[in-house]
Amino acid sequence: MLNITSIKKGLVIDHIRPGMGLKIFEYLKLGKADFTVALIMNATSNKMGRKDIIKIEDVIDVDFAMLGFLDANITVNVIEDEVITEKINLSLPVRVQDIIRCKNPRCITTVERDITHKFVLLDKEKGIYKCEYCDHIYSWEG
Amino acid sequence: MLKGRHLVDPQDFSIQELESIFELTQEIIDKPEEFNSICHGKILSTLFYEPSTRTRFSFEAAMLRLGGGVIGFSEPGSSSVAKGESLADTLRTVAAYSDIIAMRHPNEGAPKHGIQYCPVPLINGGDGGHQHPTQTLTDLFTILESKKRLDNLTIGCCGDLKFGRTVHSLIKAMSRYENVKFILVSPKELQVPDYIRTEILEQRNIEFQEVERLEEVIDQMDILYMTRVQKERFFNEADYVRLKDSYIVDLKKLKDAKEDLAILHPLPRVNEIAVEVDDDPRAWYFRQVKNGMFVRMGLILKLLGVK
Ligand SMILES: [Zn+2]
Repeated sequence: MLNITSIKKGLVIDHIRPGMGLKIFEYLKLGKADFTVALIMNATSNKMGRKDIIKIEDVIDVDFAMLGFLDANITVNVIEDEVITEKINLSLPVRVQDIIRCKNPRCITTVERDITHKFVLLDKEKGIYKCEYCDHIYSWEG
Repeated sequence: MLKGRHLVDPQDFSIQELESIFELTQEIIDKPEEFNSICHGKILSTLFYEPSTRTRFSFEAAMLRLGGGVIGFSEPGSSSVAKGESLADTLRTVAAYSDIIAMRHPNEGAPKHGIQYCPVPLINGGDGGHQHPTQTLTDLFTILESKKRLDNLTIGCCGDLKFGRTVHSLIKAMSRYENVKFILVSPKELQVPDYIRTEILEQRNIEFQEVERLEEVIDQMDILYMTRVQKERFFNEADYVRLKDSYIVDLKKLKDAKEDLAILHPLPRVNEIAVEVDDDPRAWYFRQVKNGMFVRMGLILKLLGVK
């Protein structure tokens, strides 16, 4: 496996579904970071076969609920002095605001200015949300 | 208490609150002269962002028969909306002039958004293919009038169940009553959307069946709710030819139906109910139109807190 230097202090976002790593990298705007970051794609995993990993050499504010929305299987390790001090398991947030857009072309959110895009979790297992305005179903898989 | 409330979704009101509206509606039908000036000095605004003459007339006639006044527009082109005003701002403005608002909007969820900015009661007069709660109130009242109950019923819905929002609202509303079963009659491609099946029918353990042909199931129904099936909604010509006559009620099909079946239709109809059915005692759809106005009268009175 490709060796990436372990970090002294920061976050390791692990068990990311392959292919989702880049999305999360972009969502966290890590491309513009002035600290050391690593995006590892298609690493071998005992649990998942393949996975993506992101390592961040800094303590940054991350909206874990939103990370959970992007991929609920992710684990986040908080590292201090090269050891894991905290393991955060993610879950899908009950409400999602202004992250995704309703796919219903007739939805009021497609035409009204300054409207908050609101979704509520419908099915935790399948990751299904619905638009709070028009009830249209939204699932991450599309 | 219904005073000051909005009506966006048929489920905004409890069963008891609906009952109170229906009781008042019956009083209005029985003694219309006692209500003909009860809303003197009150104004209803009808904001119709897409034309729907029937629904607008029904709201306006309701307010006029209560002695109130009506302002509004029937197409957005003639209003500030055409200049790009947001829905939020339009509602804030119109609410300054009126005591109650009825709005029809082509975008789904518009009323849910709008109520955040509307200090007077807002009635959803239809939002795209989503909800049309005053039609639902009309349908429920007509079922109540014809069957004297809203529970223990087998309700057939026939036609375009995918895009027919009146059907969606009816299923949502009726599924709250005890021992109501549904028979959903439509071509495969026009079955009810998934959210109705998962969120309403399956989640509440409601008995329902989905079939392709009306003639096979009409004998089980207490209520038959008809909607139009448009030819262009079929995926292919062969299915259309094979099934089109299954979505038309005529006297021949009614031979198998119960004596006290009540046939409802949100209107306008094209050919899905044969004209020969109009004189059959089981035809309730013209009565249903009139009920639409009476129910809106009851609703306006309750939301204004006049009664
Ligand atoms: Zn929507």
